[in-house]
Amino acid sequence: MKNSLTESDQSSWYEATARQRVDGLLDPGSFKEFVEPTARQISPHLHLFDLPEAFDDGIVVGWGTMKGREILIAAQEGRFMGGTFGEVHGGKLVGLLRFAARSRSAPRAVLMLLDTGGVRLQEANAGELAVSEIIRAILEARAGGVAVIALIGGRAGAFGGGGIMAACCSRIVVSEHGRLGVTGPEVIETNRGVEEFDSRNRPLVWQVTGGKTRRLLGGADAYAADNIKSFRDAAIRLLDKAPNFDLPTMELEQERLARRLKQFGECDSTTAIWQKMNIAERDRIAELSDAEFDRLAQLQAEANHDAR
Amino acid sequence: MRSLEIHSQAARRVGGNRTYAIVGVVASGNLEVLLERVLDGTACEVIIKTPVEGFEEIWRAVVADFIERYSPGGLKISLNDLGARPDTVSLRLAQGVRLMESGE
Amino acid sequence: MTLDELLGKLFPAGHESHVDEAGILSGTGLYGEDRVAAVLGVVNQAPLGIEGALALSGCVLQVIRQSPRQPIVVLLDGQSQRMRRRDEMLGLNEYLAHLTKCFVLARQRGHRTVGVMFGTIAAGAFISTGLAQDLLVAVAGANPQVMDMPSIARVTKLPREKLDALSKTTPVFAPGLNHAMPIGAVVEIWEGQGIATKLAAALQEPAGRPDRRDQLGLERKGRLKAAEIAQRVEKEADAYAAIVAKT
Repeated sequence: MKNSLTESDQSSWYEATARQRVDGLLDPGSFKEFVEPTARQISPHLHLFDLPEAFDDGIVVGWGTMKGREILIAAQEGRFMGGTFGEVHGGKLVGLLRFAARSRSAPRAVLMLLDTGGVRLQEANAGELAVSEIIRAILEARAGGVAVIALIGGRAGAFGGGGIMAACCSRIVVSEHGRLGVTGPEVIETNRGVEEFDSRNRPLVWQVTGGKTRRLLGGADAYAADNIKSFRDAAIRLLDKAPNFDLPTMELEQERLARRLKQFGECDSTTAIWQKMNIAERDRIAELSDAEFDRLAQLQAEANHDAR
Repeated sequence: MRSLEIHSQAARRVGGNRTYAIVGVVASGNLEVLLERVLDGTACEVIIKTPVEGFEEIWRAVVADFIERYSPGGLKISLNDLGARPDTVSLRLAQGVRLMESGE
Repeated sequence: MTLDELLGKLFPAGHESHVDEAGILSGTGLYGEDRVAAVLGVVNQAPLGIEGALALSGCVLQVIRQSPRQPIVVLLDGQSQRMRRRDEMLGLNEYLAHLTKCFVLARQRGHRTVGVMFGTIAAGAFISTGLAQDLLVAVAGANPQVMDMPSIARVTKLPREKLDALSKTTPVFAPGLNHAMPIGAVVEIWEGQGIATKLAAALQEPAGRPDRRDQLGLERKGRLKAAEIAQRVEKEADAYAAIVAKT
């Protein structure tokens, strides 16, 4: 059941709500939501902090088709409590992935529309456990041949447990807006000072954690423009290219990550990294158009691998 | 958190055959509206949850205006507000009714 | 408890190990009737950065490659992930994810894994170590946390006194073993004599069992909704699968 206002293919992914992204990605009328907002499965903890609740606890999960292909889908609402994992929010994702891992009738692909600052601190312990349970279920599903694709391009990016979760998925799609990391810039600044990370320096934030950096380094497998069609096209291309979750893949990833550390471990900026990668456009990566950047990324050995 | 319930009658029942619709997001300056076609006849209910104190008269005025303009008969409408301005509230309510009528 | 004391209690029949400059522990210990377990860990209150995570995942892969079905004991006295711009720039999320994946792969391949906390472990370091094991237990000194209370107070903009008061009525957010137990993160506390016997018994359980931590959280009343919500989604998905199959 379509439950948002009309989305077109050119609608901004960044500006869209979780429900708008789901509606935009999937074939019209194909979406079946599980634990709908009418069930009012809200957070049992937010009221202790006098905080408002959302009817779906900030995440939409369900089943639909994308260009005719059956998929499971989960979309976090990055604007509700920063898209954070709470007990109910996390539980919905755990259930979806356990179904994908267990059921022989389940679709063989899961799209994870991550838009999260990490664990919801008001429910920190429940959120952290949920992240761990989700990761185990992702890896169970992958071990059974299910492709789990992360799509990252929203306001919150994928930080904290969300950043770790993203890199446990089979494949990752990012846009320029999307950010991926563990400790957020503000927390690094609070803990280690502004010289370590000036969190108000937006270009710096994007250089360190932004989608283009992730894509060039091999921390993401595809780059999308900031619109729904571009994300859909990228996801479709990756559906049949999911690496197996097994020993050979983990050995390859160990080598890839060791090589990255060896080659770039002394670099103090992304420009220094792009220089070592012999990228001529190293001083204007942020200014490259989506098409130019995508072409550049396709040429980098580091960026295109099956070691995830 | 404050809670406000408004029970009223509309001029007619809302058209379309959707059982529910949801619009908006619980974010600063915004609100989430869940509309459910669960009441008989032309009854309508608006249940508001908000962390913002005061403004009861403004809520009542906005809701009365909405009921007058959009005739949401048969709908139970639940709002999770996070400091939205009256025009944003009116917009979301109107968006919600349009979705209920859209028949998709 | 120091690392040496813990190693002595866990492996009275003998053990040998080494700690590198990143605080990564690796070695072996004898348990049960002359069986060998791999011993790994993050110790010396070290933050877990890209070098440490890579070294530790390398150790896990070596066990998988060289010692089929050998159990792995993971000792934890660390802190959180390393908080540096440089680590983030180089993709710390991938290094921690890779470490998590290696532990889970080991379990899937029949290596029984047991985490033993004897100090702090927090946030991203917790997810990629303690929370990735078959079984997580605590001994004296254990301090599992998502985030320390002063930081929680800062980020949530709540006064510390209010948080302290709230943490007495709900286990859902505050750090500490007294909360990690009821929510299902930590299964047992091992105390006193007989820790070696408990370890030996734990290492002989099957590896890679289904994740029951949400059920445990329900039984212990620390997480009343998690298991129910997950089950509800699964049930609705199963019902929908039946409908899809007919069309």
